[in-house]
Amino acid sequence: MSEAFIIAAKAIGAGLCMGIGAIGPAIGEGNAVGKALEGMARQPESAGTLRTNMILGCAVTETTGIYSLVIALLILFAL
Amino acid sequence: MDGIEVSGAQTLFFIGPIAIPQTILSLIVVTATLCFAGILLGRNLQKHPGKLQVLTEKGVTMLMNLVRDTMGEHNMGWVPYIGTIFLSSILGSLIGMTGFLRSTTADLAVVLTWAVMTSVIIWYQSIKRNGVLGWLKGFTEPIWVMTPMNLVSEIAQPIAMAFRHFGNVAGGSIITMIIYTALSLLSTTLIRLIASSILLPLILVALGAFLLFLGIRKKKLLPKILAIVFGVLGILGLATCLELLGDVQIPILQVGVPAVLSIYFDLFSGFVQAFVFSLLSMVYIAGACPPPEIQE
Repeated sequence: MSEAFIIAAKAIGAGLCMGIGAIGPAIGEGNAVGKALEGMARQPESAGTLRTNMILGCAVTETTGIYSLVIALLILFAL
Repeated sequence: MDGIEVSGAQTLFFIGPIAIPQTILSLIVVTATLCFAGILLGRNLQKHPGKLQVLTEKGVTMLMNLVRDTMGEHNMGWVPYIGTIFLSSILGSLIGMTGFLRSTTADLAVVLTWAVMTSVIIWYQSIKRNGVLGWLKGFTEPIWVMTPMNLVSEIAQPIAMAFRHFGNVAGGSIITMIIYTALSLLSTTLIRLIASSILLPLILVALGAFLLFLGIRKKKLLPKILAIVFGVLGILGLATCLELLGDVQIPILQVGVPAVLSIYFDLFSGFVQAFVFSLLSMVYIAGACPPPEIQE
């Protein structure tokens, strides 16, 4: 009984952690890419610089999502 | 978790008191490969370059342009460091595709070492420019209340860099493993379902033969691929139905599908993470080494 309960709690916890944790980075990266595309459409000559900075911004934004991924993996496999 | 085993790097053997885990072995292989490639490509340079030399020069020029655009002309001395980190990272991620060596970047120790190296370089540059007291005074800017926040951000920077790279590579490999296990279960279920009656495998084999005939006559690839899938499923279903295989289970769906995942997680994600890691290193180091005009 208690073993099954622990597994279920782990699965729910990891799912919630990953699901809620993915919302923020997804919105943030969508915003960043959208604005970068807008800029590229207006000034195609600055597309190279914009792309580099966009990838950089996306990587920094992604950090919070990666944190929640690490925590979810810890809950599933290490706890 | 049934059938899914996730573990860190296993210790392979000991050299004296030093334990050698899987990732360190991969790291040694990566380093040896890079050293060997560097010696081989950089030796015997010609005035009129051959094909290999043109390719190498193209790559080095791209790296130098990237560093020049990001860090500025005065920071060109950092090209070897950035190049080393980029190549180690990308080769370390790709080496996981060989199957028997573990990706070096899936070990937190490796990426944390690189991140701490970058941090130490930044601190050294700041101390060299401002002196120890000036460096310590930098933490109290803009006002002294911000000191704890500045300290936390200084410590969090290498940790965030390391976790970003580690999380992407390790998460990708775990997702690949989970899907791999799921595919094996799915294929067993599918073959059992097909074998539930003798008629279904026969229909599948007939459909496969028809599609193969159609594909050969119209010279199209898609019907041929579908024909092979239907044919294999039908034959396996027939064999299971007649109990020819016994208890042997053939995970037929594991062929082909994981290759797509591997292309995304190993090739694309590995390249992007290597790029991001070296780009962040460049930006942070360039922040610690402003152009000479501002320095005065």
